Amino acid sequence: MHEWALAEAVISTTLKIAEEKELKEVIELKIKIGELQQIDQEIFEFALSQLRSPMLKNAKFSLETVKAELKCRVCNHKWKFSTKNMDHDVSEFIHFVPEIAHTYLKCPKCGSPDFEILTGRGVWLDSIKGAK
Amino acid sequence: MVDPRLNIINERLSKIGKIIAVSSGKGGVGKSMIASTLALALSRRGYKVGLLDLDFSCPSTHVILSIEGLFPKEEKGIIPPEAHGLRYMSIVYYARDEPSPLRGVDISNAIIELFAITQWGSLDFLVIDMPPGIGDATLDMIRFVNGINFLIVTTPSKVAFETVRKLIQLLKDLKVPIVGVVENMKMRDSPFIREQVERLAAPFLGGINFDYKLEDSMGDVKKLLETEFAQSVEEIVSKKL
Ligand SMILES: Nc1ncnc2c1ncn2[C@@H]1O[C@H](COP(=O)(O)OP(=O)(O)O)[C@@H](O)[C@H]1O
Ligand SMILES: [Mg+2]
Ligand SMILES: [Zn+2]
Repeated sequence: MHEWALAEAVISTTLKIAEEKELKEVIELKIKIGELQQIDQEIFEFALSQLRSPMLKNAKFSLETVKAELKCRVCNHKWKFSTKNMDHDVSEFIHFVPEIAHTYLKCPKCGSPDFEILTGRGVWLDSIKGAK
Repeated sequence: MVDPRLNIINERLSKIGKIIAVSSGKGGVGKSMIASTLALALSRRGYKVGLLDLDFSCPSTHVILSIEGLFPKEEKGIIPPEAHGLRYMSIVYYARDEPSPLRGVDISNAIIELFAITQWGSLDFLVIDMPPGIGDATLDMIRFVNGINFLIVTTPSKVAFETVRKLIQLLKDLKVPIVGVVENMKMRDSPFIREQVERLAAPFLGGINFDYKLEDSMGDVKKLLETEFAQSVEEIVSKKL
């Protein structure tokens, strides 16, 4: 359940931003979740709700999954990440440290591990809506 | 869009007494051997110690300490498993013995991820085995680890010291604390390194002789701690921390 650690990071960052912006209350949190990380959305949302501080007591959490797109640096081929036919251990390793994708994934066209993760890499705080 | 991970890192490290990055401008000067031995030596003196291998391209401490078959537990993050009394964390848990060809941004991202999710708990010391040079890992430690200290390793060679000089300069310019400089693999008496280090107003900790028996202790912690090398690490580094 390392989703918890990431949820904690999101909440702690939100509180910091809310303080900087002198918000009285956070109304909505938009969070983007990269597909590569294969976050268990239910656990993640549960963790977020458990971590609600007074400032967030009525906050709505909007989660959006972002497809992971990879691009080969050698032959420029672009492809979509998929866990289909992937070894269970490997998908778990990528879940913990997404960069591990470079250890196990290869460009389907030329076989190079030298690719760029264009989109869908981790957890991002997209925007915060609040009241002053 | 904000990356939420950076903000949690120092909270994850908040219960650690002292964080020491074992670093050098060069590879092959003994960083991994010194980091591993230092971590063991501190732990044998009764301290709670963590060891983090941050050399993602060429992790080595698992070989030195013969660490196999361990995997972090998942619990509100990941908990480094214990090996030889150390809380031990390395990319090898996830990369196994496959190569990890990572570019700069990826290295930085992987470092941030590990720091954001690893639950070290309370430690007296966290020893970090750094990759060589003043690249991403070094810059990231300076950027986001409050209270990081650098232990710098050089050999007696001018070529090694030239790279170390730049590292010392960078750390001094950025006001990052330096525990001291160790001269490893000494084969004869020469004041060269000591003089150079003192000229840069950095603490010189002492020399470690080239130890012909060191290779025979690879993977054997008990043997390693009995080497002359380990005695020197104890004498000039761990006793001073
Ligand atoms: N004092 C020493 N005497 C003999 N061999 C040493 C000594 N210090 C390090 N070595 C050896 O040098 C090699 C490189 O050491 P290592 O710790 O991997 O360097 P680095 O991490 O700086 O690249 C290893 O084989 C190690 O056993
Ligand atoms: Mg090394
Ligand atoms: Zn390709």
